[in-house]
Amino acid sequence: MRAVVTVIGKDTVGILAKVSTKCAEMNANVEEVTQSVLQELFAMIMVVDISKLNTDFAALSDSLTALGDELGVKVHVMHEDIFNCMHHI
Amino acid sequence: MINVYDILETIRMIQDDCLDIRTITMGISLLDCIDSDIDKACEKVYTKITTKAKDLVKVGEQIEKELGIPIINKRISVTPIAIVSAACKGSPVKFAHAMDRAAKDVGVNLIGGYTALVPKGFSAGDIELIKSIPEALATTERVCSSVNIGSTKTGINLDAVKLMGGIIRECAEKTIDSACFGAAKLVVFCNAVEDNPFMAGAFHGVGEPDCMINVGVSGPGVVRAALKKYPDADITGIADVIKEISYKITRVGQLVGTIASERLGVPFGIVDLSLAPTPAVGDSVAHILEEIGLEKCGTHGTTACLAMLNDAVKKGGVMACSRIGGLSGAFIPVSEDAGMIAAAKSGALCIEKLEAMTAVCSVGLDMIVVPGDTPADTLSAIIADEAAIGMVNNKTTAVRVIPAIGKDVGEELDWGGLFGCGPVMPLKKESASKFINRGGQIPAPLHSLKN
Repeated sequence: MRAVVTVIGKDTVGILAKVSTKCAEMNANVEEVTQSVLQELFAMIMVVDISKLNTDFAALSDSLTALGDELGVKVHVMHEDIFNCMHHI
Repeated sequence: MINVYDILETIRMIQDDCLDIRTITMGISLLDCIDSDIDKACEKVYTKITTKAKDLVKVGEQIEKELGIPIINKRISVTPIAIVSAACKGSPVKFAHAMDRAAKDVGVNLIGGYTALVPKGFSAGDIELIKSIPEALATTERVCSSVNIGSTKTGINLDAVKLMGGIIRECAEKTIDSACFGAAKLVVFCNAVEDNPFMAGAFHGVGEPDCMINVGVSGPGVVRAALKKYPDADITGIADVIKEISYKITRVGQLVGTIASERLGVPFGIVDLSLAPTPAVGDSVAHILEEIGLEKCGTHGTTACLAMLNDAVKKGGVMACSRIGGLSGAFIPVSEDAGMIAAAKSGALCIEKLEAMTAVCSVGLDMIVVPGDTPADTLSAIIADEAAIGMVNNKTTAVRVIPAIGKDVGEELDWGGLFGCGPVMPLKKESASKFINRGGQIPAPLHSLKN
């Protein structure tokens, strides 16, 4: 079971590190990361394994969203199923 | 890995273009609650609803969080109450109160099924229920009502049509303090469907299982945003873009329904493939039509654009889910659609054009505010016209008009929220009383020799 974490916003130091640390705290294993910085706009997409979370999905989502607010970036945590269903037959 | 472009597209659809699941509606049969003692029956109704739907809101919110997509409404539909109340004496309003109490306690915002099905005539309990609708809607907060007065197979029950004109007026008069809102919770149908998840016309048909989950999707904003990218496509190309978007929207509906059904332990019924607008900016069906190339919704060409849109939405959605049903298509409620409100205010959109549009859209004359002095017989005549379109074209049509008591053309009714606000639209002044008062049954239409 995997979730997709997207981080979009103004680039600042340490976004990747802070988001990964938060994931590690909750035992969400980061499997893949892509990121790009386009004209100061930072876009990072992380695929994390959530099958061994030490908390529930809502807590992961809430804490990453709150971290995003702190860093001034927009964070979305969504189950991979929504992307698979929408874009694959 | 999941494609980055796909991920960003999904997020944009949700964040910027108002993609949402409009409703998860649990249909609950109340046939096993029938009792000759009305108080016992009402208690059974309350218990059954609160037992079956106790986790509905919680599960809806969980799914919302996990998938990151808003699920706007969690709702309940029940067996038409006229069937449940037929065996007992006393005012059927008691059932409305039991439904309202149950809806509040499980946390759903609307509950549908204060309903009578009378396309061919009235059976025991039907007339009592219909006559009690104004009181039921005025004294409850969340109960919605509907009456089916005709069908392609039976023709139109003109006696019921006559009755409903008066009932709509009474609903508005009894709720004058809340901008005549009672009438906004009442739908008069021809060819009503049994698995519709959308309010106010949802009820749980007697052919349905004991309990099931139906899902209504939405997303006019997403369709419009997609069309914006193709300013020069021909109309075939436009239809293809709509199909593609409709497929994606519907897939999410299917996913949400599947998860909800598993977690609630209730079978998954249908996805209603609808474009349901809200008054929010960027969530309008009228604006899709304008994006296609109309200066204002309601002008010449509107019916053709809407016909194409309605058909493309269905074609795209059919392959995306296991079972479709409900009303599936594009809704055109005036007060709930920013583009429709603007078009009606500017005079480009009139009731006659709306009537033509209902021949090709998913439902009918919806959320239309009419002058407060409109006679009941004129409301009945509007119902008769709309039902005739449904009967002849083998489709569902409905009338949800709100007489703005004490107001006239140039004024408006404002409910706020999803119900929006509607300008009072002018109607014909000439009477149809003699026709309406003839009563009887308009015979079912011939279904061969089609021209």
